[in-house]
Amino acid sequence: MNLPILSVRHLCVSFTTPDGVVHAVNDVSFDVKAGQTLGIVGESGSGKSVTAGSIMRLNNSITAETSGSVVIDGVDILNCSEEQARAIRGSEVAMVFQDPLSALNPYYTVGYQIAEAYEVHHPNASKSETRKVVLDMLTKVGIPNPEKRYDEYPHQFSGGMRQRIVIAIALVNKPKILIADEPTTALDVTVQAQILDLMLELQRETNMAIILITHDLGVVAEVAQDVLVMYAGRVVEEAEVNSLFASPTHPYSWGLLGAVSSLDEHKRGQLRTISGTPPSLISIPSGCAFRPRCEFYEGEDSDCHNRVPDLRIIGGLSSSSACHLSDQQIIEIGKSKVLS
Amino acid sequence: MSAEFALEGHDLVKYFPSGSSRFLGRPTSNVRAVDGVSFSVRTGSTLGVVGESGCGKSTLARVATRLIEPTSGRVLLDGVDITRASGAELRVARRKIQMIFQDPYSSLNPRHSVGQIIGAPLQVQKISPAQGEKRRVQELMELVGLNPEHYNRYPHEFSGGQRQRIGIARALVLDPSIIVADEPVSALDVSIQAQILNLLEGLQRDLGLSYVFIAHDLSVVRHIADDVAVMYLGKIVETGPADVVYNAPAHPYTKALLSAVPVANPARRGDHERIRLTGDVPSPVDPPSGCRFRTRCWLATDLCAAQEPVLTRDASGRSVACHFPLESV
Repeated sequence: MNLPILSVRHLCVSFTTPDGVVHAVNDVSFDVKAGQTLGIVGESGSGKSVTAGSIMRLNNSITAETSGSVVIDGVDILNCSEEQARAIRGSEVAMVFQDPLSALNPYYTVGYQIAEAYEVHHPNASKSETRKVVLDMLTKVGIPNPEKRYDEYPHQFSGGMRQRIVIAIALVNKPKILIADEPTTALDVTVQAQILDLMLELQRETNMAIILITHDLGVVAEVAQDVLVMYAGRVVEEAEVNSLFASPTHPYSWGLLGAVSSLDEHKRGQLRTISGTPPSLISIPSGCAFRPRCEFYEGEDSDCHNRVPDLRIIGGLSSSSACHLSDQQIIEIGKSKVLS
Repeated sequence: MSAEFALEGHDLVKYFPSGSSRFLGRPTSNVRAVDGVSFSVRTGSTLGVVGESGCGKSTLARVATRLIEPTSGRVLLDGVDITRASGAELRVARRKIQMIFQDPYSSLNPRHSVGQIIGAPLQVQKISPAQGEKRRVQELMELVGLNPEHYNRYPHEFSGGQRQRIGIARALVLDPSIIVADEPVSALDVSIQAQILNLLEGLQRDLGLSYVFIAHDLSVVRHIADDVAVMYLGKIVETGPADVVYNAPAHPYTKALLSAVPVANPARRGDHERIRLTGDVPSPVDPPSGCRFRTRCWLATDLCAAQEPVLTRDASGRSVACHFPLESV
């Protein structure tokens, strides 16, 4: 019965810039179910945030060209009227951004800013009703003394408290999907832990789906059920979280997991690295975009060079990988990489 | 390189005046950014300094390199007191101590070529290397993994990781003995972080450098540091060999900090002990009496409010400032 509440199919987004066309997202498809957390990981410029923006149809400026479909509860947000999109934004899907200071307006009280989000979708709500909803929301996100803090301004709050306000704004309309774009990157570890806990607690209460965009594999391991690994605008691996960490199936994932320094490291040694740097999204390499950095690249006459690998299920695992290596090779190398 | 410690700080204090009174705009209070910190970096080793934002780690770096003047306290470089050094004396001392900054975008002048940037310290110090400045710069570019042919390129033509390599080359051009790196990898992606960490470790091995490595990322410090100092609100709360501190933290704050780090292993989700600190770090303008951590500590008693704990060394070589240090298991 748990049908996906969000289906993204063949999403492509490109931007025209003076330097050329930037292919930010290339043929991305995925589903999200209610009550589940999907983690999207990747390095800067891998297309994570643009993908998230498309789900809210925020990229539709003059420079962005978007194709594919994003279906939320039966409505394709990419191909509906602006009014329909506006009704979905904020009420069905809401977003939490990285930097809580720039996400809040310094000139308005936090109470006003949360109330504003509520009133947009509840135009007939009375003042006292709105105030009550906002105070409830402040309590829910763990702001002590909400009656007093209602009339305070963002600068009177600490970073973690501000992020709680941003979450309150996002959740005041009880959305079915929460997109959190690096929600804890600007915060200290102890505060990060508080905010992640809060998000999971609210998820249990409301059964909303969370899309968590992050570059931190530790955060993904702690909170997500499913993970997309993105590279150069494509999904290179889609996996259940345990599967990603126990038997990763893409050379990029191998590199990424090897490059993470860990707390319980007994001997200091060389960290494994991925050589080179991510490609420019203006001139993505032919075939597999990861091939210039891949240790398994098979040369110019191979599929790696000439054919874009499709995402396929790897036999026996709950993961899909976009790599030209055979299932057998992927499973064997993946295992050895985790063990070493 | 004879001294046992490459860099030492004794009772370093840095207050920044803040607020202003109605008369003459005189400062009314002080932000106590660094409040009585002593540390030492063994020659050829790495001291990692960790702590949350606002704990004073960057101020400590700037005081230790004499980029800002300490309010009180002493800085010793290779056993020589440089706290009162000025003019020519300070300039010579600065050859030995160099810095790498966090943001590879704002720490490089966009209008200068890479050659100019890396060579700038030579100009400032009026040093002309035997092999010529250009050759020297190109040697360094090669050493840090840059293509020496890119001598005339500008910072915008490089990626974040390559820019950080430029910053490292600039820090190395004067042949320093100690490098203070303030969050050198936190602006970089994981795969690039690993490249830079490996580079820094390689350089330490080959050139016998000592590092002060400041970071908020505990796992990165774990990887690179021999000794570690944990800061909270302008003070060191625990310091000692990294293995000891990480494996059996004695200060409640260290323990909480370590337990908050997400573990990149979903199989161990929920299986490690989690200490949730409530509340936020108090303001450094008006820190709590006694132990500064007591407002967030689950072990705090009246004693903690009344009396400030002093750093005390235990058998394992670790020092901790706590009235009720955790049992080491």
